[in-house]
Amino acid sequence: MGLASAAGGGCLLTLGAGLHAHQARALPGQALRPPGALAEADFLAACVRCGLCVRDCPYDTLKLAALGEPVPTGTPYFTARAIPCEMCEDIPCVKACPTGALDPRLTDIHQARMGLAVLIDHETCLNFLGLRCDVCYRVCPVIDQAITLEKLHNPRSDRHAMLLPTVHSEHCTGCGKCEAACVLPEAAIKVLPRKMAQGKLPEHYRKSWEEKAKHGGSLIGEQIELPVRGLEGQAHGKEHVPAPPPGGNGLDSRWKP
Amino acid sequence: MEAMNTSARPGQAAVRRKGWFAAHQWLILRRCSQFGILALFLTGPMFGIWIVKGNLSSSLTLGTLPLTDPYLLAQSLAAGIVPASTAFIGAAIVTLFYLLVGGRVFCAWVCPINPITDLAAWGRRWLGLKSGRTPDARTRYWLLAGTLVAAASTGTLAWEWLNPVSLAHRGLLFGMGAGLWLLATIFLYDLLVASRGWCGHLCPMGAFYGLLGRTALLRVATPRRAACNDCMDCFSVCPEPQVIRPALKGSASPVILSPNCTTCGRCIDVCGQQVFRLTHRFDQRSSS
Repeated sequence: MGLASAAGGGCLLTLGAGLHAHQARALPGQALRPPGALAEADFLAACVRCGLCVRDCPYDTLKLAALGEPVPTGTPYFTARAIPCEMCEDIPCVKACPTGALDPRLTDIHQARMGLAVLIDHETCLNFLGLRCDVCYRVCPVIDQAITLEKLHNPRSDRHAMLLPTVHSEHCTGCGKCEAACVLPEAAIKVLPRKMAQGKLPEHYRKSWEEKAKHGGSLIGEQIELPVRGLEGQAHGKEHVPAPPPGGNGLDSRWKP
Repeated sequence: MEAMNTSARPGQAAVRRKGWFAAHQWLILRRCSQFGILALFLTGPMFGIWIVKGNLSSSLTLGTLPLTDPYLLAQSLAAGIVPASTAFIGAAIVTLFYLLVGGRVFCAWVCPINPITDLAAWGRRWLGLKSGRTPDARTRYWLLAGTLVAAASTGTLAWEWLNPVSLAHRGLLFGMGAGLWLLATIFLYDLLVASRGWCGHLCPMGAFYGLLGRTALLRVATPRRAACNDCMDCFSVCPEPQVIRPALKGSASPVILSPNCTTCGRCIDVCGQQVFRLTHRFDQRSSS
């Protein structure tokens, strides 16, 4: 009788904790892990919630989640918009970790992948409106690699360029300086966990133009030339129809910056 | 065992015989230890003087001595992760220490929950509350096993989402958040529902450290048990009252050998007959 209630009580409490753990496992979109953090599932098993990384962060970037916050209790995270990662060369947070939840193999901070910056709102970004804000680009510690400015014709004025901040995932560390520096009341560029920010091509996909370049020519020989629908008699095979004159509606959706 | 005729104001005879200070010396020492350890962690964040960094789960003292809670390491291993060597070294040092001095010394001298449940037990005595529903004391072992099973099946440190021990200490150092609700729940549970309910019956961490201290050298004994006048004050203050009887009333060893004795020394304080003393487990002296 007593044994049964002891076992029952213990199992009930365990089940409660297990259920809670399952439910609270997802990390919210604006919470970023410190540099070198293992993949989230491994991180939650390895991190003992000691806060040594928090203590050794010279910029007070890292916080430990308290009970009731949407981040798993006791684990370290940072919010880019509040205090971004300053990308210390010696990575003190990783060195402080006693368990390897922050992987000690990360020795070059430029290899850190805390998240990925995404210019998430094209409607409010000042550069998309045709202005020269450029702040996210200027503050990027990996300027001209992680963020570049891509020049595009501005269809609204029809005589200016738009310089669009463009993030390149192979260089972005997710430090969050761009999001912290965005001049808007709500940042147009945000750092998201990579899983949330990135799509993924299927493993078997091959890009024809890359394969063609790699092999120095088409792999399937000469193609049959077919007429272009709607342009019969005008376009055929490799012939190009000239683009319509500028000054039209801009984008197909008729949206204008 | 809860129905024993215990005193609401234990220790008055001891205060008369020994004086207030001598009748509270182990209690004072213990509070100094609990708050002193907390202070070692707090001088860094409060005054910039870094003595111990981290928290009870894992810490670094003076930049050299790593300490890791072996119970946390056990959960990590159950979750399928082999942590870095620093965690193993730290856990080995902590394990060795508690193997020697007694696992539940952690509960009485270090754990930040102890002052809360001590306060609840004091309030219970003071209010004369006898009713309630106390769970079986073996529940903690099931819960201990359960936390490891939960770690294995979820692949995360599932218990650490809620573990009030690590949560309280971390909360005091890094921000409590909604943790206060959990601490209040434990206080009210111990005060109104179950006498010594959390620490003595449910806490899996206490169960873990209890198992660790089965062969510990440091023990409380009853060398003057013949002088006992059955005032029951020791039973009244003891967080694990069942551990006293075999040593005090039995004819075998006068040493309290139960691994659930937290070595808090409160029985030594409140005994007017000076029956108890702190000694080693092989001390068989028993004079009258």
